Amino acid sequence: MRSTSPISDGKPARGTTLLLVGTTKGAFVLASDASRENWNLSGPHFPGESVYAVAYDERNGRKRTLAATRSFHWGSTIRLSDDFGETWTGPERQTVRFPESSGLSLVQVWQILPGPADDPDLLWAGVEPSCLFESRDAGESWTPIDGLLSHEHRPKWQPGGGGLCLHTILPHPSDKRRMLVAMSTGGVYRTEDGGKSWRASNHGVRAEFLPDKYPEFGQCVHKIVSHAAKPDRLFLQNHWGLYRSDDWGATWHDVANGVPSDFGFCMQMHPHDPDTVYIVPMQSDQFRCAPDAKLRVYRTRDAGASWEALSNGLPQEQAYETVIRDAFTADSHQTPGVYFGTRSGKIFGSRDAGDSWAEIADSLPPVCCVKAAVVGGGRDR
Amino acid sequence: MAISIVLPRALYQYARGSNVVSLTDACPTVGDALASLASRLPAVTDRVLTEQGELRPHVNIFVGTESVRFLDGLATELPDGATLTIVPAVSGG
Repeated sequence: MRSTSPISDGKPARGTTLLLVGTTKGAFVLASDASRENWNLSGPHFPGESVYAVAYDERNGRKRTLAATRSFHWGSTIRLSDDFGETWTGPERQTVRFPESSGLSLVQVWQILPGPADDPDLLWAGVEPSCLFESRDAGESWTPIDGLLSHEHRPKWQPGGGGLCLHTILPHPSDKRRMLVAMSTGGVYRTEDGGKSWRASNHGVRAEFLPDKYPEFGQCVHKIVSHAAKPDRLFLQNHWGLYRSDDWGATWHDVANGVPSDFGFCMQMHPHDPDTVYIVPMQSDQFRCAPDAKLRVYRTRDAGASWEALSNGLPQEQAYETVIRDAFTADSHQTPGVYFGTRSGKIFGSRDAGDSWAEIADSLPPVCCVKAAVVGGGRDR
Repeated sequence: MAISIVLPRALYQYARGSNVVSLTDACPTVGDALASLASRLPAVTDRVLTEQGELRPHVNIFVGTESVRFLDGLATELPDGATLTIVPAVSGG
C-alpha cells in the first residue's frame, strides 16, 4: 500500500489504474499508478449497503463512477460520482423503477454498462427481477426496455441462488440493433431490432437441474464475454458447462477442455486478444469453492481448444475461495492487468496478464464485483 | 387531530432533516397517511414502499405500539391523532 492515493487530489494522471470493488457491505476503490505495483485503498463507500455493480464512464469528458447500492431496508438505487468517489449523488427519488403496471419491484441492480463511444450518454443496467434498463442522460434517469419487461417467457423465469438477475449485457459493436443478454435463470436472449423483440438463444447449453437438459430457455447462464475484434464469437460460463459460439449465440458447443470443473461463475475476456479468456472454476454447484482447495485461474489462448492453470502467486493449500460472476476484471494497459476478488474479501492481481499473481487487498467484506478502469484509456504500457 | 409520522434517522435526509412529519389532511388508514406523505416527501416513501405500493419486507410501521403487519397492513385504520413510527426491522447481513 502507498501513503498517497493517485486519486486523492481528484485529478489522477493519465494511466492511473482503478479497481472499483463492490462488496456486501459497501464499495471500495483501489488506485495505482500505471505501474500497478502499489495500491491505495479508499472506502468503504455506502457502508452497510451491498454493491453488486460498478462502472466507470469516461465518455463525453466525464470521469464518472457509477455504483449500484442496495440497502437491506430501504431499497436499491444507482449513485454517481464525478470525483472518484470523494462525493456521490444520492438521488432523492429512486431512479431505477419498474412501472406500476408491471407488477414488479426492483430488488437490485446487477450490471451497469456504458454504451458505445458514439452515443456517449447511453448506458444500460441489468437488474433483478430480470430486466434491462437504459439511461440516455449518462445515468441520471433510467427506463425499462419493454421488449424484455413484457416478454412472454417472464412467468417461467426462475431465480437462481443469487436471485432472478439479468447480469450480462453485450451490445453488438457494429450493429446497434443487435444485443445479447443473459440471466440466471432464463439463459441467453438476443434482439436484432433494437430491443423490441427478444428470442431465447440457448441451443446447446445444458440445464443440468431440469428434466429436459436442453430446453429452449431456463438455463442458468453465469457469464458471457466477447471481443470487439470478433463480435460474433462468444464464450459462456454456465451453471455446469463451458461453451463457445461462433454464430453470435445461435448455437453453442462445449469447450471444457482440460479444466478441473466446468462449474464456475466468472469469465473475463483479454482486452486485446480475442482468443484469450480467463475463468476460475469451482468444485461443484454443491461445493462452490476452488477445486481441491487450490486457487487457480484457467486461461485459454486458443479460444477454448485448451486451458492452462495459472497459480503462480495464488494460494495452493486450504484455499476454499469463491469468485462470483462479476468479480473478475481486466484493465486496458498494453500488457493487461487481470484481477479478481473473493467471497473471503481478498483481491488478487496480475500485472502480466495472469502469468504471476499477488494479493493486493485482504479482509474486505465478501466481494461481489470488481471493475478495472484506466484513467485516460490504456495501452501505454 | 393531526397524524404524526416518526421517521428513522436514515430517512431524515429525505425529509429536510425532520424526524417527525405532521399530516393535517384526512387519513383514515395507514395507506392514506403514506399517500399524503408521498405527496410531500416522495423520497421518503420511495424507501418505505416498493414500486407496487407494498411495504418493503424489512421495514416496519407501527401504529402506536402495534406493528401493522399484525393488524390490517396498509389498510389498518387510524384513530385521530395517531402516531405512526417507521423503523428498520432487526435484520441484516
